Amino acid sequence: MTTTRRDLLSTALTAAGVAVTPKLIHASDHHDHDEHDHQDVPSDPALRVKALETLLVAKGLVDRSALDALIDVYEHKVGPRNGARVVARAWVDPAFKERLLENGTAAVGEFGYSGNQGADIRVVENTPTVHNIVVCTLCSCYPWPVLGLPPVWYKSAPYRARAVIDPRGVLREMGTEVPSSVEVRVWDSTAEQRYLVLPERPEGTDNWSEEKLAALVTRDSMIGVAKVTAPGAQT
Amino acid sequence: MNGIHDMGGMQDMGAIRYENTEPVFHAAWEGRIYAMSNAVQGTGKLKLGLRPPMENIPPLEYLRISYYEKFYVSITERLIASGLLTRAELERGTPESGSEKSDLALSPSAAVAAMMKNPPTRRDLPVPARFQAGALVRARNFHPITHTRLPRYIRGKSGKIVRDHGVFVFSDTSVYSQGEKPQHIYSVRFAAREVWGEQAASQDSVYLDLFDDYLETV
Repeated sequence: MTTTRRDLLSTALTAAGVAVTPKLIHASDHHDHDEHDHQDVPSDPALRVKALETLLVAKGLVDRSALDALIDVYEHKVGPRNGARVVARAWVDPAFKERLLENGTAAVGEFGYSGNQGADIRVVENTPTVHNIVVCTLCSCYPWPVLGLPPVWYKSAPYRARAVIDPRGVLREMGTEVPSSVEVRVWDSTAEQRYLVLPERPEGTDNWSEEKLAALVTRDSMIGVAKVTAPGAQT
Repeated sequence: MNGIHDMGGMQDMGAIRYENTEPVFHAAWEGRIYAMSNAVQGTGKLKLGLRPPMENIPPLEYLRISYYEKFYVSITERLIASGLLTRAELERGTPESGSEKSDLALSPSAAVAAMMKNPPTRRDLPVPARFQAGALVRARNFHPITHTRLPRYIRGKSGKIVRDHGVFVFSDTSVYSQGEKPQHIYSVRFAAREVWGEQAASQDSVYLDLFDDYLETV
C-alpha cells in the first residue's frame, strides 16, 4: 500500500508537535479500499450544507435565525457603498483624509464601520506617481467592513497567483493601463492588516457634493484594479 | 506548508474571470455555510483556525472546489478538532444518541455582535520591536509543514521595514491553539526586481505584512 497524503500529513504534523491534527479525508463506509487520497467533497454542496445545518441545530451549536441575521448583514449591511462613502469624505475633507491614511481603522470607525476582517484597516493612496493594488495570495483577506465580501475573481487562483508577479499585466487585463512613469505597489495582505485603496479623485469634479462623488466610487477602484471616472465631469 | 494555497507568483492559472454585477452569494447554500462558519466561530470554542483545514485540502481538490465548499471542509474539520462534533455524527447527519445538547448556539443578536466585534488578534503588550522603520531585513528561508503567513515567493528576499503595525498574536501557533506568541507585525517593502528579477519594472514594489519571527537582519 502506498503512503497516502493523509499519512504524510499526520506524521509531519505530529513531528512538528501539532496537537490538533486535522483529518481531512473521510474514510466512508462505501469506499471499497482505504487508499482514497481525496476529500469526501459533496457532490451537491447544497444538500451537504443543509444536512450540516440540521445537524448543528440539533446539537445546539447553531441557531437558524442567527444564520438568517448574519446573511442579512452580508447581503444588505456591508458592501462597497461603505467604502465609497469613506473615499468621498477623504476627497472633500483633508483632515479626514489625514486621519484615514494614518489610522484607517479609527477613521472608518467614524462611520460606524468595524468588524470581522476589519481588525486593522490600512488605507493606501493612489497619486499621479503611485498606483496601489491589493491581493491576498494565501487566501482571501479583504477589508470587509468597507467593501463587504470579496468577489469571486479576487479569491480565484488566477488573480491571487499573478497579481504579485505581474501586476501591470493583471491591471491591463482588467482594463487599466498604468504608465511606466507610475510606481505600482502591490499589497499582499498576509497578516492582520486589510487594505483599502484611496483612488484618485477624477478631474472636473471640484464642485461635486460628497454624495455625488461617492456614487462614482467603484469596488474595483478601492481594490486598485480600476480607476474612478466621472462621466459627467466638466474637464 | 508549501501547499497549493500559497500561489503568489504562479503563472499558469489562466485568465481572470470577471463577473459583472456579481451577487453577494451565487446560491443560498453559500450564505448558509459562511454564516454557520461565523456563528460557530463566534462562540469562541473552536480550537483550530479557519485556514489550516483549507490549506490541507489536496491540491487537485483545492483547485476544483469552490470557495464556499472550502468553508464546508473548514468548519466541519474545526468542529471535529474542537471536540464539538464527531465524524460519525457528520456522516450520519444526526447527534450521537444520548448525547447532551449544547447550549453554545448564539442568538441572532449575539452572533451579529460577535461578528461585528473586532477579532481580538491585537495585543496591547510591551513586546520589544526587533526592527525599526527603515531597517533592512531579509525574510527567513524556512519551510514549516504547518500554517504560516510567510509566502514562499518572499523567503530569502531582502526588503525594508516601512511601518510597525504593533503587536499581534502569531498566526503560525495560534491557529492550532499552541500559544499566542505575541509579536510585532511589520509592513515590509520589497523591490519587485528583488523578488522577480529583471522582468519586473524597476520602480515597482511588493509590500507584505510580516511577523517578527519571519525576519532576520541583513
